[in-house]
Amino acid sequence: MTVNPTPASATPEGGHLLELRDLHVEFRTNEGVARVINGVSYHLDAGETLAVLGESGSGKSVTAQAIMGILDTPPAFVRSGQILYQGEDLLTRSEEQRRQVRGKEIAMIFQDALSALNPVFPVGWQIGETLRQRAGMSRADARRRAVELMDLVKIPGAAKRIGDYPHQFSGGMRQRVMIAMALALDPKVLIADEPTTALDVTVQAQIMDLLADLRRELNMAMILITHDLGVVAGVADRIAVMYAGRIVEHADVRSLYKAPAHPYTKGLLESIPRLDVRGQELSTIKGLPPNLMRIPSGCPFHPRCPYVQQVCVDEVPHDLVLGDGRTSACHFAQEVRDDSVAR
Amino acid sequence: MFRYILRRLLQMVLAFFGTTLIVYALTFAGQGDPIQALAGERPVTPAQRAYLTEKYNLDQTGVGGFFYRYFDYVKDLLQGNLGESLTGRSIGDILQQAWPVTVRLALIALAVAIIFGVTAGVLAGIRRASIFDNSTLVLTLLVLGIPTIVLAPLAQYFLGVKWQLFPPTAGSDPTFYALLLPGIVLGSLSLATALRLTRASVAENLRADYVRTARSKGLVKRRIVIVHVLRNSLIPVVTFLGVELGNLMSGAIITEGVFNIPGVGFNLFRGIRTEDGPLVVGIVSVLVVVYLVSNLVVDVLYAVLDPRIRYE
Repeated sequence: MTVNPTPASATPEGGHLLELRDLHVEFRTNEGVARVINGVSYHLDAGETLAVLGESGSGKSVTAQAIMGILDTPPAFVRSGQILYQGEDLLTRSEEQRRQVRGKEIAMIFQDALSALNPVFPVGWQIGETLRQRAGMSRADARRRAVELMDLVKIPGAAKRIGDYPHQFSGGMRQRVMIAMALALDPKVLIADEPTTALDVTVQAQIMDLLADLRRELNMAMILITHDLGVVAGVADRIAVMYAGRIVEHADVRSLYKAPAHPYTKGLLESIPRLDVRGQELSTIKGLPPNLMRIPSGCPFHPRCPYVQQVCVDEVPHDLVLGDGRTSACHFAQEVRDDSVAR
Repeated sequence: MFRYILRRLLQMVLAFFGTTLIVYALTFAGQGDPIQALAGERPVTPAQRAYLTEKYNLDQTGVGGFFYRYFDYVKDLLQGNLGESLTGRSIGDILQQAWPVTVRLALIALAVAIIFGVTAGVLAGIRRASIFDNSTLVLTLLVLGIPTIVLAPLAQYFLGVKWQLFPPTAGSDPTFYALLLPGIVLGSLSLATALRLTRASVAENLRADYVRTARSKGLVKRRIVIVHVLRNSLIPVVTFLGVELGNLMSGAIITEGVFNIPGVGFNLFRGIRTEDGPLVVGIVSVLVVVYLVSNLVVDVLYAVLDPRIRYE
């Protein structure tokens, strides 16, 4: 696990670069209140990669948008919690101060680059816009820097393609444009929200490699949001698994893959098709993700859990510390892990 | 792009001949005795009949005769000669007087639609469900619901006659001021539609993914709305306004009639009422060209605004 010996930024002594504490976000709609984030805590240190894993609707993207401060309010409201960046709570800052953080300190790339880029402006203009508006660059300087950034993300013939529009690029190249745009202001944290989901498998690998390389070169910290366990393995240092707006398991990549300590993580790992166990039916997690307006009592995973006991219905499990910085929000974390090792 | 425009121009030639042929056929082919129709109730002397038969090539009968007269007409038309109306006036002269008035009226109406409609639409789209949004909704529905035939006389009576803020009628060679009230009345319908269209488009674009991207770049909200959202939102609005300009240019029969404005619509209506075939066909032929050209301009503008549209 590569952790940079020299942190990129002045993080207060003993503190983390970015830390979420007990974040609660809800969506107030006409149909009722959906509790999308229910006490998420995680942290990110300079130069490391944290993968946030979960099904659609588990709240991983909403958490990221809360960090960026780009949630649509209404319907989304941050009910409580803290988002500490370099020790300061972003949630107590003014909108103007938060805007200054966006792009410059924390940048974000999105899933579908075609819709995330503005269709009516050339890509070079869109990359340059950040530089002109935020760094006060002249038009010519911004253009020059945009070409450099497009070179950095390995877009062939960058200087020639700067005037092209998003629809003239392939899916992979578009995502590279997104990445170039996010890197424009040298952010210290890059949040990648399912950056490869909309892409072909071969292109997925290229983009993941590019992100990993850039993270190392530019010494950024990265939050990689994904539902694809395969994407995570080679890139991330730590993994936080989300379910129904909670972190259910948190561990370093190696130990999580070796022995998941939460039934949900275990189910996810077992549902990956494997070449070495052929002829067996692929195992799945039964049931559906919960309705966030009616989250089940106790452990929200209990209706789908093979380990379910009465205590799971009655009591919300607390994070069980398993050593080596691992936690699992399961009443039977120990048993699940031992089960996994035994297999 | 150049080839596209060229192809469109060729299509326009076809469309032009098609529409003039249909209008010509509908106006003349249905008449039993065109000479009697021309004279109305009065008797026609043999000498007059012979003169008119000669003049309009009426001795040629049947389908062949019809096409003979049609091509004769088109030949004149292509030389810029629109012929004479049944009252003996040159149709070219009539249009020369009527056009500037109608164009001025149309531009006033369009300006009203753009300045008030688009601006209010953007504001309503940004502040969805606000008091402003709801009151514009009610007002536009009211305007869209009242036909011009009711709205125009009401405006004329209250603003022109009762409170005397505007001249109630325009008369020949009207001033800008005299055309202002008719222009507002004429533009109110376009205004309402432009407002609804802009509002819906802005509201939709504000939810687009690229807005989220723009926010994550740390741009100020004003820039996101004015640069990113507006450019995308105006694409359908420009299309509508372009087609609407074509409509407005073709004259407003009701508005010009109520306010006594000697424009194209006014003359067209008179032509229809007095069964003046040459006048109707002449005006409609020119209107077809105006309409085709304004549509081409809209299509070109559309490609400029939206790079995803590339005409081959």
